[in-house]
Parts: sequence; structure tokens; C-alpha cells
Amino acid sequence: MPQFDPQYFASQIFWLAVSFAILYWLMARFVLPRIAEVLEERSERIADDLEKAETLKTEAEAVIEAYEAALAKARGEASGLLAKAAQEIAEVSAQRQAEFAAALAKKTQAAEDRIATAKQEATAQVRDIAVDAARAITDRLVGAAPDEAAAAAEVDTALKGTG
Amino acid sequence: MAGPLEQFEIKPIIAIEIGALDLSFTNSAAFMVAAVGGSALFLGLCMSGRALVPTRWQSLAEMIYEVVANMIRDNVGSEGRAYFPFIFTLFVFVLFSNLIGMVPGSFTTTSHLIVTFALAAAIFVGVTLIGIFRHGLKFLSLFFPHGAPWWTAFILVPVELVSYLSRPVSLSVRLFANMTVGHVLLKVIAGFIALLGIFGALPFLFLIPLTALEIGIAVLQAYIFTILSCVYLHDALHLH
Repeated sequence: MPQFDPQYFASQIFWLAVSFAILYWLMARFVLPRIAEVLEERSERIADDLEKAETLKTEAEAVIEAYEAALAKARGEASGLLAKAAQEIAEVSAQRQAEFAAALAKKTQAAEDRIATAKQEATAQVRDIAVDAARAITDRLVGAAPDEAAAAAEVDTALKGTG
Repeated sequence: MAGPLEQFEIKPIIAIEIGALDLSFTNSAAFMVAAVGGSALFLGLCMSGRALVPTRWQSLAEMIYEVVANMIRDNVGSEGRAYFPFIFTLFVFVLFSNLIGMVPGSFTTTSHLIVTFALAAAIFVGVTLIGIFRHGLKFLSLFFPHGAPWWTAFILVPVELVSYLSRPVSLSVRLFANMTVGHVLLKVIAGFIALLGIFGALPFLFLIPLTALEIGIAVLQAYIFTILSCVYLHDALHLH
């Protein structure tokens, strides 16, 4: 095999060393820094974009929070107003109800008074009529009318008895 | 017709003799230069765009970079970063030498034991020196597994020593043998095509997947050569 012919061993080792050294220089000096630069730039760009996205997300969250706070505040205010309005309405209605009840009671009282007076008057008239009637009946039956005082006394007694 | 071993013959192109040394510029040297020029040109052209969103070619160059970077991170650790340019050069050199060798009619520099052995020996000596400079006499503890009973040293130390010293041999023979055998096989089967006439279609059909396999082996062997160098470097830096 030509591989075991030592004639060109020295030459192969020499050219291997030379070419490897040149390749090392080319790689270390030009190629690797360029690739590293591109990769770093890309990872930086990605990290930058991620950071930006994170910032935007935080901002959006802050906005949502503020919006929700405003919403909660408005809701609180509305419910406060509603409660106040309901209270006012309740107060007004209670007041009106009380006024109405007072007026009603007054009217009832007046009516009751009127009824009582009428009743009294009626009772008095009934007595007078009864006295007159008693005298007239007695006069027809007996032919002599009892005097008014006696008849009134009898009628009073009779009224009390039925009374 | 050319024999299967003719492809490995070394022919001088420019005769150079310094003293008793024959340092002629041969076809082997020419293909080493081709690997250097080819890989530098390839990577340089791939990265010429410096695009933020890489083109296919740029991705390829970045992929090679990432492969070597991951290899060092996983096998050597963070201290391996200082050796990144060397490991990267090693990978690219072996990879392009292997792949250029797959071009019909070309010469495979890595199919010569002296070349792979020179590379392996340089790595072996360099890694050993790194270990000695870093750990001094403690470097010798590499030859005795941590925690083993002391009397086993009589057996373990010679075994570990032999295994350590055989590293450059196994590293270089693996690459050399894979390249040589692959090319001999391709050549022998290609020889049958002409011999069998019309039935030559059969070995020809066989040759196609075999060539694909050899290209795969070319990449794989470059990877193995580099990753083992990383493992040796790790041993020198961390002593197990």
C-alpha cells in the first residue's frame, strides 16, 4: 500500500502543518468572528424583541387594571346614587303616607262627630215624637191626655228599658 | 485499468528538498491546500450575507459552528471555549478533506495513516501538555480511577497507561481505515462495472447507495475524530 511508503512522510507532515496552520489562521481571524457576530446579533435582537414584548404586555396589563379600577369606581358611584335615590323616594313616600294618614284620621274624626251629633238629634226627636204619640194614643183611648211631664217621664222610663 | 490502491499513490508536483528532507509539494499537499481553500471559501461565501434571517447557505455555516460549539459545551465544558478555534479548524479540515476525497478522481489526504497520525499525535501531545501545565503532578491521577482500593493500582495503572497511550493510535487508525476501506471498496465495485459488460448495471446500481453511505461516513468520521479530541481535552482539563 502506498500509505506505508515512508518516502513522502516528511512532506505530508510538513504540508499538513502548513495547511492546518493557515486554515486555523483563516478561521480564527475571519470566519469564526463573523459567524459569532451574526449569531450574537440575532440572539440580541431576539432578546430585545422579547423584552419589548414584555414591556408592551406590562403596559397593556396596567391599562387593563386602570380600566377595571375606573369601572369599579363608576359602578360604586352608580350603586351609591341608586341607594341615595331609593332612600329619598322611601322618605318622601313615608312622609306622604303619614300626611295622608293624618288627613284621613282627621276626616274620619269629623265624620264620626257628625254621625254622633245626628244620632243624638235623632234620639231627641224620637223621644219627642214618642211623648207626643203616647199622649195622643192615651187621649184616644182614655179621652184625656196626660200632662206632658208625666208622659215624658214614662217615655224616658220605657226608652231606658229598651235602651 | 487502475488498481484499487493506485488512488492512494503520492506523486510529487513540485520537488522541494531541504537538506536530507524531501518536502516536495505532492498531490496530497495540493488536496490539503484544496481543503483549506475550499472550506475557507465555502464558509466565507456562506457568511458573506451576514443576514439576520439566514439564507440556506448561511444556515449551513451556522450549523457547523453550532455543532462544534455544542460539542465543546457538552464534552469539554465552559473551559473548552478557549480551544474552540482549534477544534473548529480540526473539524472543518477533516470534514473537507474527507468530502473532497469523495469527488471522483481526487485524492483523499485522510486516507494516509501518516496524516491522521500526525493530527492525532499533535492533539495527544497538546492535550497531555495542557493537562500537565494545569494540574502538575496531579495529572498522574488520571491513570488511577478515583475511589479504587490502593492495591488495585498495580493492575489499573498499567492498564490506564496503555489505554491512554493508545489514544493517538486508535484515533488515527479509525479515520485512516474508514477512508481507505471505503475508497478501496468503491473502486473495486466500480471495476466490476467495466468487467461485467451489460451486467455491469448491477454493481452500478449498488454503487449509488454505497457512495451516499461513504459521504455519510466522511461526515461521521470527521465528527467522531473531533468529538474524541474533545473528550481527551476534557480529561486533561478535569481529570475524569
